[in-house]
Amino acid sequence: MLRLPRFSYLRPGSVAEAAQVLSEYGSRAMVMAGGTDLLPKMKRGQIEPEVVISLGHLDELRQIRAVSDGGFEIGACVTLAEVVSSSELRAAYPGYVRAAALVSSPALRNAGTIGGNLCVDTRCNYYDESYEWRKALGFCMKKDGDICRVAPASATCRAIASSDTAPAAMSMQATVVLVGPKGMREVPVASLYQDDGQFYMTKAADEILVSLRMPDPGRWKSSYVKVRNRGSIDFPLAGVAVALQLSGPVVDDCRIIITAVGPQPLDVSHAAQPLLGNRIDDTILEEVAAEAAKPARPLDNADLSYVWRKRMTRRAIEQAVREAAEVA
Amino acid sequence: MSSIGSREILRFSVNGRSHELLVKPYATLLEVLREDLRLTGTKHGCEAGECGACVVLVDGTPQLSCLVLPGQVEGSEITTIEGVSDGGTLHPVQQALMDHGALQCGYCTPGMVLSSKALLDSNPTPSREEIKEALSGNLCRCTGYVSIIEAVEDAGRAMA
Amino acid sequence: MTTVANDRNTDLRVIGKSLPRVDAVGKLIGLTAYADDIELPGTLFCKLLRSHHPHARVLSIDTSAALAMEGVVAVITGVDLPIKYGIMPTSQDEHALENEKVRFVGDPVAAVAAVDEETALAACRVIEVVYEPLEAIESIEHALLPPTDEPIHDYAGPGNIHRMGALEFGEVDEGFAKSSFIREDVFFYEGNTHLPMEQHSAIATYVGDQLTLWSSTQNPHYVHRALSRVFDMPMGHIRVVAAPHGGGFGGKSDPFSHEMAVSKLAMITGRPVKCTLTREEVFYVHRGRHPVLMWVRTGVSQDGKILAMHFRTALDGGAYGSYGPASMLYTGALQTTTYNIPAYRFEGVRVFTNKAPCGPKRGHGTPQPRFALELHLDKIAESIGLDPVELRRRNYVKPYSRTINHLRITSCGIEEVTDQVINASRYHERKKQLGHGMGFAVSSYMCGAGLPIYWNKLPHSECIIQVNRGGVSLYCGATDIGQGSDTVLATVAAEQLGLWPTDIRIVSGDTGLTPVDLGSYSSRVTFMAGNAALQAAKEMRDILVEVVAEKMECSPGDVMVGEGKIGELSFEDAALLAQERLGVLTTRGSYTPPRDIGGKYKAAGVGPSPAYSYSAAVVDLNADPYSGEIRLNKVWIAHDIGRSINSLAVKGQVEGGVYMGLSEAMMEGQLYRNGLHKQPSMLDYKSFTFLEMPEVETFLVDTVDLEGPYGAKEAGQGPLLPVIPAVVSAVYDALGVWVDEVPITPDKIMRALDARAKGREGRYGPKKFPQISYPPIVKVPPFDATSSAF
Repeated sequence: MLRLPRFSYLRPGSVAEAAQVLSEYGSRAMVMAGGTDLLPKMKRGQIEPEVVISLGHLDELRQIRAVSDGGFEIGACVTLAEVVSSSELRAAYPGYVRAAALVSSPALRNAGTIGGNLCVDTRCNYYDESYEWRKALGFCMKKDGDICRVAPASATCRAIASSDTAPAAMSMQATVVLVGPKGMREVPVASLYQDDGQFYMTKAADEILVSLRMPDPGRWKSSYVKVRNRGSIDFPLAGVAVALQLSGPVVDDCRIIITAVGPQPLDVSHAAQPLLGNRIDDTILEEVAAEAAKPARPLDNADLSYVWRKRMTRRAIEQAVREAAEVA
Repeated sequence: MSSIGSREILRFSVNGRSHELLVKPYATLLEVLREDLRLTGTKHGCEAGECGACVVLVDGTPQLSCLVLPGQVEGSEITTIEGVSDGGTLHPVQQALMDHGALQCGYCTPGMVLSSKALLDSNPTPSREEIKEALSGNLCRCTGYVSIIEAVEDAGRAMA
Repeated sequence: MTTVANDRNTDLRVIGKSLPRVDAVGKLIGLTAYADDIELPGTLFCKLLRSHHPHARVLSIDTSAALAMEGVVAVITGVDLPIKYGIMPTSQDEHALENEKVRFVGDPVAAVAAVDEETALAACRVIEVVYEPLEAIESIEHALLPPTDEPIHDYAGPGNIHRMGALEFGEVDEGFAKSSFIREDVFFYEGNTHLPMEQHSAIATYVGDQLTLWSSTQNPHYVHRALSRVFDMPMGHIRVVAAPHGGGFGGKSDPFSHEMAVSKLAMITGRPVKCTLTREEVFYVHRGRHPVLMWVRTGVSQDGKILAMHFRTALDGGAYGSYGPASMLYTGALQTTTYNIPAYRFEGVRVFTNKAPCGPKRGHGTPQPRFALELHLDKIAESIGLDPVELRRRNYVKPYSRTINHLRITSCGIEEVTDQVINASRYHERKKQLGHGMGFAVSSYMCGAGLPIYWNKLPHSECIIQVNRGGVSLYCGATDIGQGSDTVLATVAAEQLGLWPTDIRIVSGDTGLTPVDLGSYSSRVTFMAGNAALQAAKEMRDILVEVVAEKMECSPGDVMVGEGKIGELSFEDAALLAQERLGVLTTRGSYTPPRDIGGKYKAAGVGPSPAYSYSAAVVDLNADPYSGEIRLNKVWIAHDIGRSINSLAVKGQVEGGVYMGLSEAMMEGQLYRNGLHKQPSMLDYKSFTFLEMPEVETFLVDTVDLEGPYGAKEAGQGPLLPVIPAVVSAVYDALGVWVDEVPITPDKIMRALDARAKGREGRYGPKKFPQISYPPIVKVPPFDATSSAF
């Protein structure tokens, strides 16, 4: 049986206490919400904290609250299943809720949290392997080694951004609240990630993501399309979140976020320009998708060929725009 | 939870019986059930949340016991396969799986039973699509799934 | 499910009924103890240290640090297990722990027994092994070249060639010369693995010179023999028990390192020792479907009759022999059991590579050539303007005939299974529509191999029935791996004794308690163990009937058996009466295949079977021309079962076979990269979830085989076979491009579409078949009924 290594398990009584404990232990500790990403990685020796600080039991992180500006604040430890079953959230943010519903399998969504999914580790099939496997190959820079196995010439790790909900949250221009030793700050989800599969998050190691703030959806209609091999369990091979504002059939505004095609989700909304002021038709959509998919850089570190994944990014963009329009 | 040396005291209830156990904080619920309580009906196929064989109910909700720490189930009510049937009477899900030939090697069956039970407890008349979706994290290599879908539909009718 | 009955025998009370399996309840309530669920007092836990190199010499192994760890009780290496073993007599090429050389990443070199798994794993990590790496061979093409360092094995050869075969039946050149149309095609079948839900596990005890091993094995008898060899110990001192089994599909058919290691460690420590593999290790143990490159050339007459066929295969065997010599021959053996091929030439080679060893997986060696053959026939049909179903019908074998390679065909429902799926699916009424397609294929499979794996004249299956104080126990070495063999045996006996299947206590798969059945492989158990059980049950029935007839003062023919009664007496009273007179009642039955079912040429041992099942499938799907993604709509499957012993169990086998065929057709692949398995996890090795599986409509065709128990034939493997080519054929029907390689993934479909868009052939697949120096062709004379090998 694949087992966890030894660690100490801490169960702080509050977020403040958790933040304090985290700053004490520094890099020797990891916070854990649902554990569905952290625990398999610990079993495979990819992450080796001495201390695991559990957050899942903290009621203050488990609330979905309507806020006065018309948006919602979702606690980091709200499970993906709870998001999926919230009719209010589904009405306001169909793309985000769709993304949550497409994460892994039903049982995993009962444990996996929205905060955990925003922080989900980047993935790579040279990295998501056991200690013995990685030792046999030679380790990679993301853990225990010094080169990128999929792109040996790369100075940075090219593991793949694999959160389904991050692009959906970005498409709504959501923010997250981080709590650290210096107090609390609110940052856009879009600024949480960077183009480095190893250091994929910009938040400081001693900061805890405590909530996701989704702004008033207003006229924004949204969608999320996930490309994967199977209808369940799998991580995205490409993911596209779209938010649209329409006046009748005419597009007023459009945001497009693509993910799983590089180390971070990418805002490619600039490519939607030809749609603005126009009706959605095949020709424009094809042009938009081709432009939007340009920054996609899939590599041979996930399922199926990277050429196909790149092509599917375009298809998924087209589909996501159409679906967002249908929601309208 | 309180600690005694490197061990912690876990208080929880399994199949209606309260337990106070000294456990390793890094032993998963799967290990606690199988190794500490010797409830080996809960199976394991990957220990990484990828196959569904180890599904148990935590306060009525299906969870992958290979990815649950003792600290996460403090005070919870766990249902394992050993706690599903009522004495000598099979639960309608178990009866329907048997009648439909929806088990062969039987290794995925405990997880399948518990995922199905949780579905029917919340939705006694699921559509085929709802059944497939609810069970989509439970892999089976023997049956081809077809008979399981039929069985769960029937079980829902029997429970209604 | 529809059953098409061809006989009027309506007297049967339990045979053919749709009844629950006899072992269902234990599995449903979590009580059934699989190997890893067994824990004996004082059990130690074993972990294996496995090679990190695909190919290397072992220069030294230092276990001192491991031995010094607290909680470690024993550490062994290859020095402790010097005798080689292997499933086939010609492939005794495995050490339980390799001491001189490792041949793939995952090859075991040491084993630790410790107080818990955590300690055993930690101890493995401090064992120091010094390796000298050697050139690693990763592909068939590479293995065919002379090795730059040294061959992977020091037997067989030349180079890394493990086995070759070249046979010709009939006049092939003449057949081609007479043909009005000849076509050649090349195909590749990517290997894949069984992925049983249960990870292999074994636990051993050694008490008073008696070794006992409980293991998740399909073949306790062969494990028994291997243990006897490795420990140079009489078989009478060894007991192997097949624990309730969490899925086999062929993957638990070899004797394995962990079984040897726990046995040795139990002997050393005097304590029970258990080893349960991790999922990653299960991928290394493998013995799965061989990757096979295939080339086929067929000549047909103007009216579509096959006149000659030349079939070449090259198998990537991985690091060890396993069942390889048989696997290689199976890629050429069963083309003839569906089609009448008057002239047939087969050339095959199996090579060693530095990958996990391949072996038998559901359909053993035949899904690959079946995939190639069926698509090849589709292409021929199109080339000569004939409907693909019609082309096949013109070449179907006839019941009670003899194939060109000397196989005896008996009952054969190939026409009927074709009719069922073609009519039900309205295959010929489908409308041509971009993105929607249907595909059809047929196949056949053996009901047990005609010869045992090692040469001996003993029965293939034996069974004892004991009636004691009214209770019935049936003892048989057959192993229920989930396919339902315990249920089959109980049902066969129940029918004869007038009882219900659950009235029969089944003791199976235990070499200490049960007579030998060779194992759960080659779809042999229903036919062979079923016949053995039938014989034993009939004898028991005769005994009981005679005693009751005497008491009733009537002739035995007037004693009715059924509904729990023997004549006027309850079964129990009849049994007690008989026991008063005769003592404990025992009868026995055994089964040996007939002698005339195959030829006597060298290599004739692979292919003969006392009967063949027939299957046909139609697959209906949508294939997206812009993404290559496939959505399966429905599968119609018809299977010539002879007669169902339990139709619910047969339906389960058929649906399971369809599922496994679809899943491996579309996504499963045991892929390697840089000498390592690319995806040894259940997340990354893709297999179908509920959401991919389409509706399945099953038709069971009863042909009532004259030699099968109650006319029964196999169901475990055959129904997988036609599904794979039918998927690929349906994709062609939908999109007009051929993917001559499985798995047929969306990216491959898009590459075929791209090729067509660029004006090239709309195809994805291997470009050519390598130049292989096959041995000189052995021309086999026609079958001579007077001199068969059996």
